[in-house]
Amino acid sequence: MGLAERVIQLLLNGLMSGALLAVPAIGLTLIYAVLRFPNFAVAAHATVGAFAGYVANTRLGLPILPSVLCAFAVAGLLGVASDEIVLKPFRPAGPITTAIASVALTVALENVVRFGFGNELRGYDLPIARDWRLGAIRIGPQQVENLAIAIIAVAALFAFLGSTRTGKAMRAVADNPTLANIKGINADAIGRLASFAGMGLSGLGGMLIGLDTTIDPLTGFRTVLSVFAAAVVGGLGSVPGAVIGALTVGIGEELSLLFLSPEYRSVVGFLVILLVLTMRPRGILGQRAY
Amino acid sequence: MENYLIAMAVTGCLYALMALGLNLTWGLAGMVNLGLVGFVAVGAYASALLTVKLSLPIVVGVAAGAVAAALTGGIVALITARLRGDYLAIVTLGFAETIRITASNEIWLTNGTDGLSGIPGPYRGTLGPELYNLLFLGIAAAVLAIAFVFAERLAQAPFGRVLRAIRDDEQVAAVAGKPVTAFKVKAFALGAAALGVAGALYGHYTSYIAPDIFVPLLTLYVTLALLAGGRGNSRGAVIGGFLVVFLLESARFVIPLVPGLTAVQGAALREFLIAALLIVILRLRPNGLVPEPRLHVEIPGATTDSDLQLS
Repeated sequence: MGLAERVIQLLLNGLMSGALLAVPAIGLTLIYAVLRFPNFAVAAHATVGAFAGYVANTRLGLPILPSVLCAFAVAGLLGVASDEIVLKPFRPAGPITTAIASVALTVALENVVRFGFGNELRGYDLPIARDWRLGAIRIGPQQVENLAIAIIAVAALFAFLGSTRTGKAMRAVADNPTLANIKGINADAIGRLASFAGMGLSGLGGMLIGLDTTIDPLTGFRTVLSVFAAAVVGGLGSVPGAVIGALTVGIGEELSLLFLSPEYRSVVGFLVILLVLTMRPRGILGQRAY
Repeated sequence: MENYLIAMAVTGCLYALMALGLNLTWGLAGMVNLGLVGFVAVGAYASALLTVKLSLPIVVGVAAGAVAAALTGGIVALITARLRGDYLAIVTLGFAETIRITASNEIWLTNGTDGLSGIPGPYRGTLGPELYNLLFLGIAAAVLAIAFVFAERLAQAPFGRVLRAIRDDEQVAAVAGKPVTAFKVKAFALGAAALGVAGALYGHYTSYIAPDIFVPLLTLYVTLALLAGGRGNSRGAVIGGFLVVFLLESARFVIPLVPGLTAVQGAALREFLIAALLIVILRLRPNGLVPEPRLHVEIPGATTDSDLQLS
């Protein structure tokens, strides 16, 4: 395979992994926009979503699409519950204390999964399909399906934020909570909705990333650095920024394979965070939520 | 049993040392460090590599571990100095993962996930295991004592006062003419140095380090130690360090009594309990079980709080 073809293959892979990364990155940034703290618990919710989808897929025998919905719903509901019970009381103490609590929450939830499923790697029940080839370029049908699911999820969120009344209310709270409150918007309800949608997307993203490889209790934690990188690059709190950030990080991580070994993928995410924070501390799109 | 208790006392000293380091940055200067385990790893690997590969004396190794951790800490602080605290949380977490991934993959240097073994300990060969344990406990306790006295002095010195001012309101400190960035970088470097020494001592004590040891869970344990003792409070940090080791070890004895658990489930339960405990303490006592003592500065002729209450 020539260098040009290799680069094209990596760009294609980067575009696809970036699209998958966009799903949890949007989840993280949405929660940040509304509740204003970096919620590290996206890691555990991605794992929980991946396992919820796994149970639906392998134990209940559901196909991938309904399993993905299961991942979204279970992680979303857990997100609302864990925020309500664990994280919400911390918010008056400030974003940093809440962030530390969210790290502890992630470890606690991860261990609940480990308690139930053990540490072994698990795979989804997928139909075996041959890769499509275009010259030397390969694409897996499953990758295309994942890409389609990711695009639908992102599009649905944009439609929700852009054209529903509740979506507008959410943007209003993200933009200026005091003003939104004066206008009679119930910030608590919007916060719960942000937790549901944000953690639901994390769970969905966790499953999509797991569909590409295998899952275990650390699935979420291994990707959390890339997810944060995507959100920070795009501007923490900006939903379109998270998409751009995710594509940047996804392509960056794949292109790094030209000169780094694959184990360093998440280090690339970290370096991108450092670079962006040094040059443009508010990310590419700044902080506007939408 | 005696050996076990001594080993736990050494571990307690190291946790207390790490909690002291974290207290300097998070407790005093208000800079969160979710990647403190990364600095512990830098110190451990620097010292282990210098003593194993270059056969340098252990003292030189530990000192180099402190310097290496301080330098990386300074760089991390310099990059993030202008940013808000939530970005520091992200960067430090990423830093620790980067160190761990590098240690796992640069096999030529670090021996990868197999870890480095045969790290020399002081007089390990000539003393028996019991005497060696005792000697190391003496060393760890001495290092902890020095760090404690240093931290106490620092907290009361003008340096510590400026750090608290920065923590409480960065802008006010800047308006008062304090070079905020320089102070932050120094505080972070000093805290990282203590973490690095703890890591270096750990390696020399157990003779073995591997990337698996430096996981985010350790960061949580040390954060829990500082919170349990009290943020901004060196004495609390030391007490908290020993308390956490006691809790972790008690859990090790109690959990096997629960019937029908596999080893993995037992470990999961233990980690879950520790994380839950951290959440509960953070929730009930956000500044720790023993909060920082408030400094009272007598200003001649000024009305004090008690005067105001009387009037």
